[in-house]
Amino acid sequence: MSVIVDKDTKVVVQGITGYQGTYHSKAMMDFGTSVVAGVTPGKGGQEVHGVPVFDTVSEAVAQTGANTSCVFVPAPFTMSAVLEAVDADVATVVTVTEHVPVHDAIRFVAVAKAHGVTLIGPNCPGLGAPGTAKVGILPNKIFKQGDVGVVSRSGTLTYEIVNAMSEAGIGQSTCVGIGGDRIPGTGFIEVLKRFQEDPDTKRIVLVGEIGGTAEEEASEFIKGEVTKPVVAYIAGRTAPPGKRMGHAGAIIARGRGTADSKIGALEASGARVARLPTDVPGLLAE
Amino acid sequence: MKLFEYKAKELMKRHGIPVPRGVVVSAPEQITGLSAPAMVKAQVLTGGRGKAGGIRPADTVEAARAVSSEVLGMEIRGYSVKEVLLEDRLNVAKEIYLGATVDRSRKSILFMASPDGGVDIESVPEDRILMVSVDPLIGYQAYVGRRIASFVGLEGEQAAQCAAICGRLYELTKEEDAELAEINPLVVTKDGQVIAGDGKVTIDSDSLFRHDDLAQLKEDLTPLEEKARALDIAFVQLDGNIGVIANGAGLTMATLDSINTFGGKAGVFLDLGGTDDPEKVKQAMLLMTEAEPKVILVNIFGGITKCDTVAAGLLEAMEERGIGSPIVARIKGVNEEHAREMLRNAGMKPASGLSEAAQLASQESLG
Repeated sequence: MSVIVDKDTKVVVQGITGYQGTYHSKAMMDFGTSVVAGVTPGKGGQEVHGVPVFDTVSEAVAQTGANTSCVFVPAPFTMSAVLEAVDADVATVVTVTEHVPVHDAIRFVAVAKAHGVTLIGPNCPGLGAPGTAKVGILPNKIFKQGDVGVVSRSGTLTYEIVNAMSEAGIGQSTCVGIGGDRIPGTGFIEVLKRFQEDPDTKRIVLVGEIGGTAEEEASEFIKGEVTKPVVAYIAGRTAPPGKRMGHAGAIIARGRGTADSKIGALEASGARVARLPTDVPGLLAE
Repeated sequence: MKLFEYKAKELMKRHGIPVPRGVVVSAPEQITGLSAPAMVKAQVLTGGRGKAGGIRPADTVEAARAVSSEVLGMEIRGYSVKEVLLEDRLNVAKEIYLGATVDRSRKSILFMASPDGGVDIESVPEDRILMVSVDPLIGYQAYVGRRIASFVGLEGEQAAQCAAICGRLYELTKEEDAELAEINPLVVTKDGQVIAGDGKVTIDSDSLFRHDDLAQLKEDLTPLEEKARALDIAFVQLDGNIGVIANGAGLTMATLDSINTFGGKAGVFLDLGGTDDPEKVKQAMLLMTEAEPKVILVNIFGGITKCDTVAAGLLEAMEERGIGSPIVARIKGVNEEHAREMLRNAGMKPASGLSEAAQLASQESLG
């Protein structure tokens, strides 16, 4: 078993005819994901890797039974693309696009929630469950099937840690990259809840970074609701306050969002916190 | 992107929020059409202007000129004053705090208000601050403004003015894509007007594609940070001597943390982001050499970014300009074998893991 994706996951790729959409549709198919449709307005009737392209998401859903959307459209059009997917009644939307305006995110995150749609992202690498399906852009080669659930705010840092786990012989049930933006559709807590309920997930890895209070809130949840062992890593221990480190979320502002506060909260919740990303497999093995 | 006070007030005025009459100048001779008494306010993007002597009263137009020439060219917390805003001085009866911001936890726009305006909101006790978040699906409704006006202790005509300002501030926040729009203080004058005494607005830089007027504004960046901005590279100058290039904010920060564990200190944080263009990698390398780090540490985990793309860009940069600093490169992910071979052929020694690379770079930087 896995979380959010399963054997019945059927993916429609919004923006499939663009460079990233085309490239990653192929990679998802190579992973074993059932990619059943693509959407690019004005390109209905074409095919990409043998997958039919439609003008609208509702046509794609009606014709192919797609239940999960993966969004690659450029930032100015992302809100419209997500709302279209929600309106077409898919169960899950994974939004890879970065640099989405924050007020757009506030709106489509609220709409997705009201419609009961699981929204991952924006600005996220998506999720992968080895042996089941991958929706997003995580590299196929890093995975190994196993019993660790990984949830992370980061992209490439997730690859680093998952790869180190796989090289050490520790496999994963599902890896979920929730994205580094300020307004993520799905947060740590929703994913932790699913890992706690998933019988095939025995251990959990949480990867956070400076900025915001999501890790502190997750710690409260771990303390009260999570019985499975948790190993965590927080990036940005040495980042100076007031400097935005790369993307919107990663900033220590007004003394809040520091690595120390997050590490302290996680340790108090009973989680073990790795000092370096490469220390994660060792702590899992203990 | 932080806006200067005068620009923030321009936006407020455009959205119907009352602001004092004012004029912005970069030299005292430019002052015309001013009436006294006035306030002279240094335009810099940092707090503590008042304490630093950057905000001063002037009783006559002559005095305003004299004070302006003193304030222009001042240094306030490392920022030099290039412009001053001269405004009509307000007869203050009461000072309120009013702000609208993006709230990550509640995933909405959050109003903060306090009857104790004019001071740093961080220093105001919690029970003197009202927080009201606006449900994005409901949107702003007039009762939000009424709650705020009542909490800050206004009645009658002043309460109505304050509530109207709340609605306009919400509109500004959404329509201008502001991450923060703050009026501190919101002044009630002795003749009963409610008016913005100060204005602070930060615009979401991801929204600039739909704000041509704001996109043209210059930010206060170092020359290298400005070049990086043009290349769409996240570039932050720090106080160590190792230049770190990685892809992705989390991985770049983790690389900084790793070298710190081995005693090294980063001088540059350069997040390449996702790219498949060797030219961008080359430009990033050249930018890095301009910062003159003692050692350069390249740490790439390729996904969208292909490893051989990075290697090609790296080698092109070295060919075009002999790079003086030693380079430690650790490249992993899509097409990594090809990338490592390219680097080896060029006489470099690629590191295999993150810890090893961090240790090598740190040793090199300390030696």
